[in-house]
Amino acid sequence: MRAFISSVYLFLYAPIALVVLFSFNAGRNASEFTGFSTAWYGKALGNTFLVSALQNSLLIAFTSATLAAIFGTMAALGMERLAPRNRAIFDALFAAAIVVPGVVIGIATLVALVAVFSFVNPALATIWPGDQPPQLGLGYGSIIAAHGLFSMALVTMIVKARIASLGRDIVEASSDLYATPLTTFRLIVLPQILPSILAGFLLAFTFSFDDFIIAFFVAGSKTTLPIYVFASIRRGVTPEINAIATLVLVASLLLILTARILMREKKTKSGE
Amino acid sequence: MTAATNTKRNLVTAALVAPAAAWLMIFLVLPFIAMLVFAFGERAPEGGYQAAFTFAQFANLPTRAAAFWNTLILAPIGALACLLIAYPVAYYLAVRANPRYRLILVSLVVVPFWTSLLVRTYAWMYILGSRGIPNLLSMIGIEDVRMLNTPGAVLLGIVYGYLPLMIMPIYVSLEKLDRRLLEASADLGAKPVSTFFGVTLPLSLPGVMTGVALVTILLLGEYLIPQLLGGGKVFFIGNALVDLFLQSRNWPFGSAIAVTLVAVVVVILMVAMRIAFRVAGTRQVDLV
Repeated sequence: MRAFISSVYLFLYAPIALVVLFSFNAGRNASEFTGFSTAWYGKALGNTFLVSALQNSLLIAFTSATLAAIFGTMAALGMERLAPRNRAIFDALFAAAIVVPGVVIGIATLVALVAVFSFVNPALATIWPGDQPPQLGLGYGSIIAAHGLFSMALVTMIVKARIASLGRDIVEASSDLYATPLTTFRLIVLPQILPSILAGFLLAFTFSFDDFIIAFFVAGSKTTLPIYVFASIRRGVTPEINAIATLVLVASLLLILTARILMREKKTKSGE
Repeated sequence: MTAATNTKRNLVTAALVAPAAAWLMIFLVLPFIAMLVFAFGERAPEGGYQAAFTFAQFANLPTRAAAFWNTLILAPIGALACLLIAYPVAYYLAVRANPRYRLILVSLVVVPFWTSLLVRTYAWMYILGSRGIPNLLSMIGIEDVRMLNTPGAVLLGIVYGYLPLMIMPIYVSLEKLDRRLLEASADLGAKPVSTFFGVTLPLSLPGVMTGVALVTILLLGEYLIPQLLGGGKVFFIGNALVDLFLQSRNWPFGSAIAVTLVAVVVVILMVAMRIAFRVAGTRQVDLV
């Protein structure tokens, strides 16, 4: 059994390790390691297309994760005050947002936005006083909207689980001692759910930063890092892609490990 | 509680859920309605959508039968292959592993799930490509082995990409298992094998169902793995959708395929939930 388990872990990590190893290869060849070099990293970071794709990805991930963390937390807090039937509707919609394949989310968002733009843009053109009416189109906004959907569902799920494990007695004690609901929230509830909000934010950020398929449909002319990497891969496998891939891996690794530490703290605390 | 505080409470609740509700309406419900409308429309001559009410797009579905067959055959096979590897791993983590290292071992399974699928699939392109394993094989005299762009490569990519997602729900259901049941079974003279098949396996079925349903559903919409490891030779519904939306711009037909895909997903979910409910009620699954 031990041998089987070890080989599964090897299977999970060896391919990633290989990508990282060959990102430091001096030569171009993918099958022999000819010497240690960080040249490919220099080449990757000197690539202006890549750097602008990275900036786009960071902007989109940060914005969608921030909105998801705020609105998702609000939804998690509000949902438990709802009537059971309304709560069930929210639960079903959030579950749909998580479980529907990304390719369908991408298509549905694309189709809806294009339909809306085809009504709004001519209308804007007629009522606009100047010569150049603004044209709504796909871009940052549409990617943030589509990523925000999944991310909000994710944050709500995580924060809701944390709220469910909160002790009610301390909240009641706080209001018995004449704290206003807002004070109770600020001093009692918020500090306890903050780690799960942060974990949700980090997971949402990771999701958005790594997502390819949704952005592929709704990005319009904008390029995110995964879209750039995908396009490069289709042109051929090079050590430069390994360098970019390694940077992406390190970034998501740091994010997910921080998120897990935050969630773990939650688990040990609730276990007291 | 007075009427005034009640109204205030309702207002606060409404304000809390309003942004998420608006987001869900505008970016989930509305898009699904739009997609449904498009599926009954026609392709405009220059590409895109033209208003109509026709079932022509759905009648056209058989022209993409190959994509449906590939997906509907390889997705369940992939999910099953994941399950066969995932179950022993989840069992080991939940029952056998030293509690001191359990958290680290579980983390090591979760982490790949949250790292870029694109990068993880790329790794296999690298390994299976002509300069990878086939090159090593040619050094020992085995020439002309093609690994990339085969169904086997796609299956390998699927197992690699989705194994963590299969392990987690099974691990959760096994971890919650009441150990006393196992002891009771052994005390009553059951052999370890019959305890496993009589007690452990049935009680972990909700986790198994969750894992199989999640992986199958996500695989039905998979695009990257068949694209990168199947090289256009092994294509899924996801690949047909990208082609229809971004290349040939036949949006109504693409919408009809997407609507059909959602219908398949809903059926799978309903069957999985029915089985899971029947076995042991619902359980919360930690995705993280």
